[in-house]
Amino acid sequence: MKFSGLKVFAEALKGHTGWKPLWRNPEPKAEYDIVIVGGGGHGMATAYFLAETFREARVAVIEKGWLGSGNIGRNTTIIRSNYLLPGNQPFYEMSMKLWEKMEQDLNFNAMVSQRGILNLIHTDAQRDAYRRRGNAMHLSGAGAELLDREGVRAMYPWLNFDNARFPIKGGLMQRRAGTARHDGVIWGYARAADQRGVDILQNCEVTGFRIEGGRVLGVETSKGYIGAKKVGVAVAGSTSRVMQMAGLRMPIESHVLQAFVSEGLKPLVDGVITFGAGHFYISQSDKGGLVFGGDIDGYNSYAQRGNLPVVEEVLESGMALMPRIGRTRLLRMWGGIMDMSMDGSPIIDHTPVQGLYLNAGWCYGGFKATPASGYAFAHLLSTDRPEATATAYRLDRFARGHLIDERGAGAQPNLH
Amino acid sequence: MLIPHPLLGLRDAAEFTYLGDAALLNRPDPGAGEAAFCDYVYLRDNPAGVHRELWYHEQGDRSWLVVTRNTLTHEILGAELARDVKGGAA
Repeated sequence: MKFSGLKVFAEALKGHTGWKPLWRNPEPKAEYDIVIVGGGGHGMATAYFLAETFREARVAVIEKGWLGSGNIGRNTTIIRSNYLLPGNQPFYEMSMKLWEKMEQDLNFNAMVSQRGILNLIHTDAQRDAYRRRGNAMHLSGAGAELLDREGVRAMYPWLNFDNARFPIKGGLMQRRAGTARHDGVIWGYARAADQRGVDILQNCEVTGFRIEGGRVLGVETSKGYIGAKKVGVAVAGSTSRVMQMAGLRMPIESHVLQAFVSEGLKPLVDGVITFGAGHFYISQSDKGGLVFGGDIDGYNSYAQRGNLPVVEEVLESGMALMPRIGRTRLLRMWGGIMDMSMDGSPIIDHTPVQGLYLNAGWCYGGFKATPASGYAFAHLLSTDRPEATATAYRLDRFARGHLIDERGAGAQPNLH
Repeated sequence: MLIPHPLLGLRDAAEFTYLGDAALLNRPDPGAGEAAFCDYVYLRDNPAGVHRELWYHEQGDRSWLVVTRNTLTHEILGAELARDVKGGAA
């Protein structure tokens, strides 16, 4: 079933009786060539690229819950490629390019909207740092513009420019950045993967790995044993728990990140804005709600809900940046579990267990990486070689001292 | 979250700074070699459930506590002064 304007029109005439489910719900087969553990954005994108680009015919995705129940449905929907370090920026720019053609590739409306991201500058030192970052972005082809105070004022005249402590002195703009509808992303990848023969096994929990002689043979699940030549794990906040079943300790801590949405308002924020003096980012959904978030709570958590001190801190940051939201009512807030790595950067690599591959450590920046993460992980799973922009994301980089620490915070996951 | 400080009673967790797994108290012997230090610095058990962890009472008496907390529920099961903990995390 291909979606098109004509199809919508024809269905309207037939009372919408011809729509089909977007994917099958098959029973597990006894064996697959490649099994992906985790049916989130990254796992599903991996399955799609395995089938589409690498022509793998026998692929399954195993998901403990239902599609869209994890971080792919819990993030603040921002997509961007404004990183600094050589190990990161080309990868995220590859991701941005995949976002730009995703909807055509998937034949699915993921509401990718390149409305631009503006990182605000509040000090002279920050302007220097952002200028350097902008140059790194230019080197990767991502594009960037350094705006002065008046340039920012022309876009968002209602920001708090004269805040005594955090005056706005300019901003770094990436116009190709923006937002995408997160549910649409997972549904689009799932539908496209299913159409290409991938079995999506929902409500199927992995309970163990079968490993013999240092080689993985398959996975034990709540629906029985499933054999696999290769197993790829992409389970975000549950990485330590799942990899422990393979006897591996991870350079990862799980932390809770909260996100917030306000009641629906008339159009107010037409791009993405980040506050440079605190940790606060905001955009507005097409439904009108302000979608925003801040820092992680900062302590190990698997609870998928946070505590009030961080709520207060995020809202204070919002008020410092844009006092006019002061009377807006908060509609909903929720939490997701982040796989915070020891240097704030991800891992896409082999593991010491043969045939077992790892995709993890996305911290709270995984959503924007969804397509590139899927592509790079599929590349590794199918060819056993890392994708060209993802060669730095090795599991052993901590032992070798080749860390990719954008924040310069060291081995302290709650500071990344 | 309220942390039951052994000397000061129940204190708001916002007064504290979080460091991480209390196993960090068990620093390897200086001669233990690179692999042992790499494990110590970079690898974590990261359990879903009971976790012993280091909290620093920065906005209070500046003591280090070992807090036992459930990472699935945020329930705090106990707290003791780190200096009273023999050999760090058991």
